[in-house]
Amino acid sequence: MEENKVQHVHTPGYGIYFYVWLALITLTALTATVAGVNFGKLSIVVALIIAAVKSYLVLTEFMHLKFEMRAFRIFVIVAILFFTILIVLLFSDYSFY
Amino acid sequence: MSSNSLAVDKSGNLPSYLIDEGKRKGILAWLLSTDHKRIGIMYMIALLSFFAVGVTLGFLIRLELLTPQGTIVNPQAYNEFFTLHGVIMIFIVVVPAIPSIFGNFFLPIMLGAKDVAFPRLNLLSWYLYVVGSIMILLSIVLPGGAADTGWTFYIPYSVRTGTNMIFTLTAVFILGFSSILTGVNFLTTIHRLRAPGMGWFKMPLFAWSLYATGWIQVLATPIVGITLLLVIIERVFGVGLFDPTLGGDPILFQHMFWMYSHPAVYIIIVPAMGVISEIIPVFSRRTIFGYKFIAFSSIGIAVFGSLVWAHHMFAVGMSNNAEFVFSLLTFLVAIPSAIKVFNWTATLYKGSIELEPPMLYALAFIFLFSIGGLTGIIQGALNVDIYLTDTYFIVGHIHYVVFGGTGIGIFAALHYWLPKMFGRMYNKKVAKVAFWIIFVGFNILYFPFLILGWLGMPRRSYHYLPRFQVYHVIATVGSWILVLGLIIMFFNLLKSIRSGKVVTEKNIWGGESLEWQTQTPPITENFVDIPVVNEAPYEYKQNEEEFLEKEEVL
Repeated sequence: MEENKVQHVHTPGYGIYFYVWLALITLTALTATVAGVNFGKLSIVVALIIAAVKSYLVLTEFMHLKFEMRAFRIFVIVAILFFTILIVLLFSDYSFY
Repeated sequence: MSSNSLAVDKSGNLPSYLIDEGKRKGILAWLLSTDHKRIGIMYMIALLSFFAVGVTLGFLIRLELLTPQGTIVNPQAYNEFFTLHGVIMIFIVVVPAIPSIFGNFFLPIMLGAKDVAFPRLNLLSWYLYVVGSIMILLSIVLPGGAADTGWTFYIPYSVRTGTNMIFTLTAVFILGFSSILTGVNFLTTIHRLRAPGMGWFKMPLFAWSLYATGWIQVLATPIVGITLLLVIIERVFGVGLFDPTLGGDPILFQHMFWMYSHPAVYIIIVPAMGVISEIIPVFSRRTIFGYKFIAFSSIGIAVFGSLVWAHHMFAVGMSNNAEFVFSLLTFLVAIPSAIKVFNWTATLYKGSIELEPPMLYALAFIFLFSIGGLTGIIQGALNVDIYLTDTYFIVGHIHYVVFGGTGIGIFAALHYWLPKMFGRMYNKKVAKVAFWIIFVGFNILYFPFLILGWLGMPRRSYHYLPRFQVYHVIATVGSWILVLGLIIMFFNLLKSIRSGKVVTEKNIWGGESLEWQTQTPPITENFVDIPVVNEAPYEYKQNEEEFLEKEEVL
């Protein structure tokens, strides 16, 4: 029992999980709504921004990245950056017009 | 497994890892061992056996090309030969070779650690490696026959061929997992298990090269894993991801394949560069020139090398934007590679050079890798590449880089570290003779490839025009010389392991890194006491008086 207490030092209350869940639901609804609005070339950018915010919430809160060592955060950031660069370079070969 | 419980022999030494079997006896003491040194040796045995298979296939390919028409095998067998040669040499031999054999054995020792961070994961990676490798061998004998697509598995042929594609693709997928596990293990080991006092810039350069390699292994290998799974899905379910007749995009496959397979070139070459960075200062008795530049150039190669994949695709009809971007990035990779070559040569300058066998191989590496690198630059230029795509020029280039670089790097490492690993010295005279035969045979074999490519000889071709025959004959004769040299070299090394002169001195070559401060061969836990590191690596005491003064102070 003592050990459990030590492990849970960083655990926030369940409240934050509820709010994050609420935020995710809202953002999903937002994605669905803006899909109907014609932003032209920007529509993919809008969808990606909303998705990025959602991933950020999941990574930091649900996956506890907020409480991890700096090294872990750097690892994750490097992986995401690498992936982003790959996608951007790959898309330099595709035309969207 | 505590070293304290082990008996000390007559000379006051603890038993080496070769004698100390731990809990299990006999063959199980090897197959179930989590000791990084034993796993390294198991990798060496498996890997060099597959290398022999790959060399045999290459030898047969050259024999087939002796005449412009069929010589020894039919066209289908020829296609399977060059595919297997590529798959075995790339995925089974050169990608894992230096990290798995020498990285496993020496990285923890060089860092002053007792083992890698995850010893059991390390053993698992060996088993995955063996399973993947055996699956590729099985694909030859099972009905359907070995894959015949070339090692690049290009769509749409890889979806349509009737050969054992799924088997081969799954095998490469499994080998990829083995590679990722090694990468994760080394990254963690380097981050967490350095000896007290060993800051990042006191690490040997071999460790730096494995660090850069680890990142590529972890980040890039999953991409090829997914891609190969998608090809399997395409074959089984015909979902139309890549197959143009179903609305898929075959170029997307090439992008995804090369996203891994180009960085894989750097998984292959960077550890070899690390080996060379160890050998050059030891045998020129000089501090390495530009330590930080060499360390950062490894990272630079890893970063830029991951962003140049589409230069394999200049002739497939990419957009102009992509061609421009990838050509530019390709030229940028030359910078960190050149930094290394310049720093090695600068280290040699005014050094006290000893031409021992490892040094000969290291010098051959610089020479052959430079030819390989410069022919790479030629193909990085867009217009020239259109002409050279899919000719023998690229075949010559890849062999100069991968064999002349990594292959020679493996041989250098074998001659440098094998006496430490087994406590027995090979015959140096025979080693030098073998070196010269290999070096001469190598160039007679591969240089004609560059000329052939320039004259327009297409790669992977079973028939060829009679005017190319003279170069093919020269190359085939070169392959005989090369194989003769390889046989002499391996015979000499194997003989040394069985009956070579026993070496017990710790520092065989006069190196300064930590592996030369432990017993020969090392004890199970590497060090009796974990060493404390006070100075940068490669601090050679060039001045004897200065050296003695230091001794007195200590």
